[in-house]
Amino acid sequence: MNYVIRKLGFYAAALWAALTLNFIIPRLLPGNPVDILLAKLQQRGGSITEETRKSYAILLGGDDTQPILAQYWTYLVNIFQGDLGVSISYFPAKVTDVIGASMPWTVILVGVSTVIAALLGIVLGALVGWKPGTWLDSLVPATTLLAAVPYFWLALVLVYILSRGLGLFPGQGGYNVVLDPGFNGPFILSAIEHAILPALTIVIASLGGWLLGMRNMMVSTLSEDYVLTARAKGLPDRWILRNYAARNAVLPSVAGFAISLGFVVSGSVVTEQVFSYPGIGSRLLAAVTNNDYALMQGVFLYITIAVLAANLLVDLLYSLVDPRTRARG
Amino acid sequence: MSADLSLEHAPVVTSRGPVLTVRNLSVVYETEHPVPAVRNANFQLGRGEILGLAGESGCGKTTLAYAINRLHQPPARISAGQVTFHDRDGQDIDLLALEDEALRRFRWSKLSMVFQGAMNALNPVRTIGDQLDDTLRAHHQSLRKAARQDRCAEVLTLVGVDPKRVRSYPHELSGGMRQRVMIAMAMLLEPQVMIMDEPTTALDVVVQRDILREIVRLKEELNFAVIFITHDLPLLLEISDRIAVMLRGEIVELDTAEALYRSAAHPYTRKLLASFPSLSGGRGAFIRSGEDSDFDRDNNFEEQP
Amino acid sequence: MTNIQSMTGQTQASPTEELANISRGRGQRPKPAWRLMLPTPTPWLITGLILIGSIIIFGAVGPLLVGDPAAISNTGLSGPSADHWLGTTQTGQDVLAQLAHATRGSLQIGFLVGVLATLLSAFFGIYGAYIGGFADEAFSLLSNVFLVIPGLPLVIVISGFVPRESRGLWTIAVVLALTSWAASARVLRAQTLSVRNRDYVAASRVSGERAWRVIAVEILPNLLPVLASQFVFAVIAAILGEAGLSFLGLGASSSSTLGTMLFYAQNGFALPLGAWWWFLPPGLMIALFGMGLSLINFSIDEIINPKLKNARLVRKRARQAARIQKKAVTS
Repeated sequence: MNYVIRKLGFYAAALWAALTLNFIIPRLLPGNPVDILLAKLQQRGGSITEETRKSYAILLGGDDTQPILAQYWTYLVNIFQGDLGVSISYFPAKVTDVIGASMPWTVILVGVSTVIAALLGIVLGALVGWKPGTWLDSLVPATTLLAAVPYFWLALVLVYILSRGLGLFPGQGGYNVVLDPGFNGPFILSAIEHAILPALTIVIASLGGWLLGMRNMMVSTLSEDYVLTARAKGLPDRWILRNYAARNAVLPSVAGFAISLGFVVSGSVVTEQVFSYPGIGSRLLAAVTNNDYALMQGVFLYITIAVLAANLLVDLLYSLVDPRTRARG
Repeated sequence: MSADLSLEHAPVVTSRGPVLTVRNLSVVYETEHPVPAVRNANFQLGRGEILGLAGESGCGKTTLAYAINRLHQPPARISAGQVTFHDRDGQDIDLLALEDEALRRFRWSKLSMVFQGAMNALNPVRTIGDQLDDTLRAHHQSLRKAARQDRCAEVLTLVGVDPKRVRSYPHELSGGMRQRVMIAMAMLLEPQVMIMDEPTTALDVVVQRDILREIVRLKEELNFAVIFITHDLPLLLEISDRIAVMLRGEIVELDTAEALYRSAAHPYTRKLLASFPSLSGGRGAFIRSGEDSDFDRDNNFEEQP
Repeated sequence: MTNIQSMTGQTQASPTEELANISRGRGQRPKPAWRLMLPTPTPWLITGLILIGSIIIFGAVGPLLVGDPAAISNTGLSGPSADHWLGTTQTGQDVLAQLAHATRGSLQIGFLVGVLATLLSAFFGIYGAYIGGFADEAFSLLSNVFLVIPGLPLVIVISGFVPRESRGLWTIAVVLALTSWAASARVLRAQTLSVRNRDYVAASRVSGERAWRVIAVEILPNLLPVLASQFVFAVIAAILGEAGLSFLGLGASSSSTLGTMLFYAQNGFALPLGAWWWFLPPGLMIALFGMGLSLINFSIDEIINPKLKNARLVRKRARQAARIQKKAVTS
């Protein structure tokens, strides 16, 4: 129980840090974001009232009437009420609406890809570590090479070969725009079809990390005394591999999930750009191009919350997997 | 000098014949410069006998024990010798020739081991109940779950551990309890030989005594033979029928405990015996003068006029 | 485990003796201790060193040898030819020349950020763990928080707020370093904690050594392999991160790196036009450099975790023994 409370506390602290960063960054950097924003707003045909100016100033700074701490407080209150401002690039849509529409795409793509990459990497890593000296050993340098490849470049290559060259998969978009979005068969099928190349990019590029980590841990674990005992007990090899070796070797991979997820999220942002995938990453980039600061902040916040939530889940899962953490508390 | 250590020299103590015969076993560590860890080990283990294996660290006792069960890992390699197990039903099994599946079936069911340092010998992420259970599942596939649970509870009670602890994880048990669990696990399949590698070294003396009494009592009840490996020679004098002393990979002396205590033949044995402080005699005599001083100053045991 | 036949009456030398003879023949004596700290020259390590070496040479010397990367010609988009070994861009610029300059740019920023990030993580990881107490808790919390906050989105946001003109090399380098030090710090902290509790460190402290001296003399040498490994990771991450930023158009405004090259390739529609010679080499360069660094990291891993080294040596000897056995059987 202690463990759960500590973890919740930590993630609350991390969330607070992210919110504060979000608040500080626009105020620290040179330039006056609010003016630029309002200029753009006018271009799009929006009206500038004192309210508009004030609400942007809360988000981005530049309002000298209130002391900084009061601004901070208002900012936090707004965030918790779900008010993230109005987007410029998708005017007049609210930031929360833009995020709401694009978030599911990214969550599904990144979620499924990460799970596939992790499972595949861990299983292959366990096999390579268990029986060194087979052809599987060559997987290690191969996946290492792939892990050093920039996500977006791998995406370009895959599009070039599989989409343009062989015409197997579509290289752009999240779905066939002719279709009606919604929970119907053709749409879902088309969505899956369009997700294959981006998912393949993420899986191939992130596989190496999981595989290598698991393999190294397997080599360590196999020299542990409890594996020797298991062999002495006459347990079948497969049983030892699964319940004694892999079960212990996988723990650091679970613990290190945070780092891996961070990389995957970063990579997916750029991957979405290459594929014009309608996820939250491309929204972020569009926001940067258009100086849509409110949307930028909002997207950063949501990405951070998603990553924190995923990590919290994995941390709680870890306590189930390693009984020693429950004791330490 | 090497004593005449052919099998006939030190006959087994029990009248029921040998259960294990080790003949000319040699194990080599294939490192940059190969190291012979065990040289021409020769002995027989009688049914229901306790054979002590004593020696200093690095003399090869653990390597010998692992090699008998073929648990040794590369770079260790058995370079010569034979290990024969004489089964209760009259069959003789050549341990070094067993194929994978036969070896797996042989292990634990006829010969089990208790390892040093039970903290690391137990899987930290599974309950001890699971670890007892999977041994039964691996060897007796026909046993139903209830029967397995009964057997686990039975062995735990035998060693003095509350059967309710089956749901505990290793880190939740004390050192003494973990060692008892290891012994219980070793008895699960009613083996004929148990090899115990320093089973009580990591425990305090009171717990050690309790566990040794358990071992002797169980041996009387269930009649299995024990190879007891330790550096603690006085301990072996207490519980063993015969004792083998190892020095740098060779068994330099093998005799009954009584004979060893009264008139040890090999100078190293004598030195070992003299190296333990006694509860009787003058205070300080051990450190200053030593009990027996007729060993060579430069530790050379090869020469004996 | 295979059948082991009784070896009585064997006339030829056993595989053990053969291996010993080979060893003795090479005249090898036991290695001095410091040599064990260095990685053994395996094929992987050699490959890695060759890759790294050649790319660094290409980046350092290449720009002096190739033509002007900015020179526009009216050749337009063309494939590899005798004049232009890697073809031209859509404005007729020589791709090979661009590649050389871009490699130099990427390497510069990669190493710069690598050093900055490693210094940061060394400070927060090592010093905090050594001091212990509240500072350690605070540093640890700080690095964990930075760890879970996703890096690239943060970098994008920071870069996005900085106006284009102010995005110089140092700004980008600092931003990248600030977002990537956390993972290394955690590893270094764990390692320092385990070293700090060892007896020789305690002895040093008890005898009155000042903190920085204890760290420098007792702790750091033990951390060197881990530090080296983390530095390598930092450089790879930096090059990849910078490439990503530049690809998105958010990189340092004046620089020319492999990422900017890909940015121009993407904006010049290299992909739809099938100009593989334009976008393939830059990415391949990054990948090969990263691969070389990873291969070196394997060898450093073996020093950190000697069990990996043992596993490899055991396999090597098993292969040798098998070969000798096969020879014995067939002869």
